[in-house]
This record gives sequence, structure tokens and C-alpha cells, in this order.
Amino acid sequence: MAAINRDDVAHLAQLAHIEMSADELDRMAGELAVIVDSVKSVSEVAGADIPATSHPIPLTNVLREDVVGHVLTAGQALSGAPDAQGGRFRVPAILEED
Amino acid sequence: MTDATLSFDVAMEKFDPVLGFEVHVELNTATKMFSSAPNVFGDEPNTNVNEVDLGLPGVLPVVNKKAVESSIKIGLALNCRIAESCTFARKHYFYPDTPKNFQTSQYDDPIAYDGFLDVELSDGSIFRVEIERAHMEEDAGKLTHMGGATGRIQGADFSLVDYNRAGVPLVEIVTKPIQGAGSRAPELAKAYVAAVREIVKNLGVSDAKMERGNVRCDANVSLRPYGQEKFGTRSETKNVNSLRAVENAVRFEIQRHAAVLDSGNTIVQETRHWHEDTKSTTSGRPKSDADDYRYFPEPDLLPILATPEWVESLRAELPEPPAARRKRLQADWGYTDLEFRDVVNAGVLDEIEETVAAGASAAVARKWWMGEIARRAKLADVDPVALGVTPAVVVELDALIRSGAINDKLAREVLDGVLAGEGTPADVVQSRGLAVVSDDGVLQSAIDTALAAQPEVADKIRAGKIQAVGAIVGGVMKVTKGQADAGRVRELILKTLGVEG
Repeated sequence: MAAINRDDVAHLAQLAHIEMSADELDRMAGELAVIVDSVKSVSEVAGADIPATSHPIPLTNVLREDVVGHVLTAGQALSGAPDAQGGRFRVPAILEED
Repeated sequence: MTDATLSFDVAMEKFDPVLGFEVHVELNTATKMFSSAPNVFGDEPNTNVNEVDLGLPGVLPVVNKKAVESSIKIGLALNCRIAESCTFARKHYFYPDTPKNFQTSQYDDPIAYDGFLDVELSDGSIFRVEIERAHMEEDAGKLTHMGGATGRIQGADFSLVDYNRAGVPLVEIVTKPIQGAGSRAPELAKAYVAAVREIVKNLGVSDAKMERGNVRCDANVSLRPYGQEKFGTRSETKNVNSLRAVENAVRFEIQRHAAVLDSGNTIVQETRHWHEDTKSTTSGRPKSDADDYRYFPEPDLLPILATPEWVESLRAELPEPPAARRKRLQADWGYTDLEFRDVVNAGVLDEIEETVAAGASAAVARKWWMGEIARRAKLADVDPVALGVTPAVVVELDALIRSGAINDKLAREVLDGVLAGEGTPADVVQSRGLAVVSDDGVLQSAIDTALAAQPEVADKIRAGKIQAVGAIVGGVMKVTKGQADAGRVRELILKTLGVEG
């Protein structure tokens, strides 16, 4: 049985703010199921003593010294903004107070 | 709409409160968590950002080493275990405060976990709060809601966004459920947040100014019948951003939950918003799909390996713990246990330390912070620290008093002026003309007038009843509208009458 079904895809699409038609949901559920199943077969090979891989590159602690570097002007920062006012990005009011 | 509440005492008779806290601490690094843009409060909007903070395509974040070290220090100070290896994760949500549409955070492998903090309550007893985890993440930008009547989001026409705060390093400290606090829950809430604030300030890793949002608290409250093991449904009150507000919010939520449960209804698991003006919370959004953040490992950031050598070198840098520091300060200042506890509870320990460091005596520092400043804070219903009086102002007022330029009564007027934004104490003395009358000629003529008005008192003093001099001093103070140095006036009166003091 596939680890991902049509309802899962619809739920993810909603969370990701992606509008999908019924056809697209059907097709995507099938395609994602193949991918998820493929990943699952890799998991079967890896034993319980192998930790999950979060990164493919064998590097750690790539760190930066705490020194101020490159910074934009407000004008540069706002240059790609659809709308701006008083040096700030102007966005539609969104009713969620977090 | 106002929620019904039970009185706190009745709520406590019927229900057992369980608390939980998420405290966000902004680190005071020079730069941001993942970009080299400056981490500075209060600058012009969108001048402390670069491409990484704006989430522009193709950028590569790099972790700030000092932020990691500060996070490890916080973990150590909270008696946590430090993860040998940990990763960052993307926490997805759509809101304009994060231009990337995700917050870079940590998910199932926080850098610090399984700690505890011993919190001292006002009676000196110790309550141990277990720490679940402390993880690294980044702050969001600041939204200002425009239009509408109240300046709140409801009714706003649009919002303006400043991303200077976006990417500022944060450490989020999460407690395990706190049980057994009983009726001391509100006090414990305040004491816990105060203790965290004290620790991060003491470590030097955060400016720890709550009024600037350097330390922010989300408070979880649930109630259950006494004897029941299972927790009740909780509410999460967001952004309770002063110590008094933490105490008040927990108290209010306990009273509100109790009223709901007592009437046979159930608590809705939801976010609540604290309102300082009404001292109450209102309903935010219910927990829903929106809380499915689709976490996944951040592919652009590599794991952090905290080797034992690194951790131990950071442990060696830890300063004297706050509890030990308190013992030392009390001994240095010579305060009684009661005086010292009052100072701690008023939250002005740091201010007194800074005031003493700036040159005032311990007694003078306490006189101001626990006296006039505390009195005004109470009237204004704010924490003394939030009133706007700085240690430098206290030291200058004291110096002006000691030099004889002003007296205690005038000093209070000078403070009025300072708080009204009229400048330094010296500026206010000048602009308001508040200096004491030190011209002996002026004083002498006021004394002559007062003596002439009360010849029988003058006779008594001449006859040796020195204590009668108070009546004449009073007369002189009246004429000079309080702007005279009472000690000098007394001297001059006795001299005028030819009496030895």
C-alpha cells in the first residue's frame, strides 16, 4: 500500500497554498506514492543502527564569525517589493495575530 | 466580549493548575543568526537586512558561531545536556513577518535538552522547573497594522513590514509541564521568567530588556480537578511581555478556565492574546491545520557538532550564577534579608547594582529605586524599570542633593521634568528654576520677616528652646516655596538670634 494517498496530497497542497485540480491531485498522488515507496525501500536496507541522513555532504560546523558584513540600503531592500511605504514593505492585512 | 471568571481563591479550591512556558530570548550578537547583517534594535526600517534576511532566491545562509556558543551557554546555565550533534529545520508558515515563508529553527534535535532551573519565590523557598529543551532559531520581522480604529489587526487596511528584526538569533526555552505550584502559580510564572531573564543577562548573551522584546513569554495554563493525573485542556497566552503581565495573565487564565469548567463547559485549545489595558485575554485562533508546519531538515545548513572540548571551554567561561551573585551583592550592600528580598521582588537588583557602580551609595540607590521610583511605577501601573529612570539620573539627582543645589522635595520635581523628557536633572534644574535659594542675603531677609511675624517664637529660641526653631524654618520655607536648604536656614536663624546650635 502506498504511504501517501490523495487526501494527504490535498492536505499538503492546502498547507503549501498550492491550488490543485481534481485531475492534478489524482496524478500527483500516484507520482508521490512512487517516490515515497522508493525512499521506503532504501529505509529497508538501512538497519536500525543507521541514523537518518539529513545532509548528503560529510561536513559539519560550517560557521561564520560574528562580524558585520554586507548590508543593503532600505532603497535596495525595497527595490523588488510590489508595494512600499515609508521605508517599509506594504502588505495586505492578514487576519492572524501571531 | 468579556469572559466570566471565578475568584482566584475559589478557582484554587476547586482546581489544580498546570503551567508551561515558552520563553524566547533574543541574543545580542553583532550580526544575525544566518546572515552578516547587523543585529541592532531601533534603527531605520529595513536598513539592517541583506539578501539572506529577505529570503531572496539563491542565497546561502551561514550559521553565526557566536550565536551557537551563546545558545550552548544558555543550555549549560539551565543545567541542560548539550546535543553532541544537532541540525536546523524549516518550519513553514505563511505570514508577512517571514519573507522566506519558513522560519529556520530546530525540530527534533535541539542543541540543549533535559535541564532544570531552581526558581526562588518571594518567601525564599525554591521551586524546581524542569526544562524540556532550548533550541536555536531566528526572529521574524515586525508588522505595523495601519488603518482601522484601534491599531490592532482587526479592521486594519494594510500592514507595513520592517525586516530589521528578521533573522535576529533567538533561543526558545521550553519547560516541561509544571505541576504542584498550586496557588503560587502566578507568582511562580513571574519568578520563572524573571530567573530566565536574569540568567541570560548575567551570561551577557542577551540585552534581556523585556520592554524591547528581548525576552518574550508564551504562557500555557490548564486546570484539572485535584487528584486527577491527566492534564486538562490548555490555552496558550502569547507575547506576555513584562514580568507583571506574566503573573497577571496566568492568574487571569486560571480564573477564566475555572469559570468555564465550573459551569460544566470545556476549554477550547487555542491561542489567547493578553491585553494590558483590560488585564484580560481574548480568544486568538484555534489550533488547527495551520499548526502543521511541515518541518524538514534545512538543506542549506550543515549539522552542528558540539565537541566535549568546545562545550567545556564554554562552561569555563560561564560567569558567577545569579543566586551566588545575589548573596555577594547583599553582603556588599549591607541590606537586611527583608530589604534585599524586596529589592529582588521589585525587579530592580540590576538597576541598583548599576546605580552603585555609577557612584551612588547602596543606601541612596535603594532609597530611590524602592522609594520614589517604586511609588511612581505603582501609580503608573508599570514595572519600576519601565518607568524610564536610569541609574545615571539617580546618581545625578543624588549628587545635586549632596551638593546642596536641590533638596529632596525639589528632587522629586526634577524627576518630573526628567520623565517629561526635559533632559538631564541638571537641565531641568536650570530650565524650571528649581535650585535651592542659597543666597544668604535672600534667606536672611526671609528669616527676618519670619522672626518679626512670630516674636514670641523668637523669644523662646533666645531663651534656649532650640526645638522651636522649626516654626521659623517652616515660615522661611513657605516664603521661598520650599526652595531653601533647611539646614542652612536653621544655622542662619540661630546665628541671627545669637544662640548656639
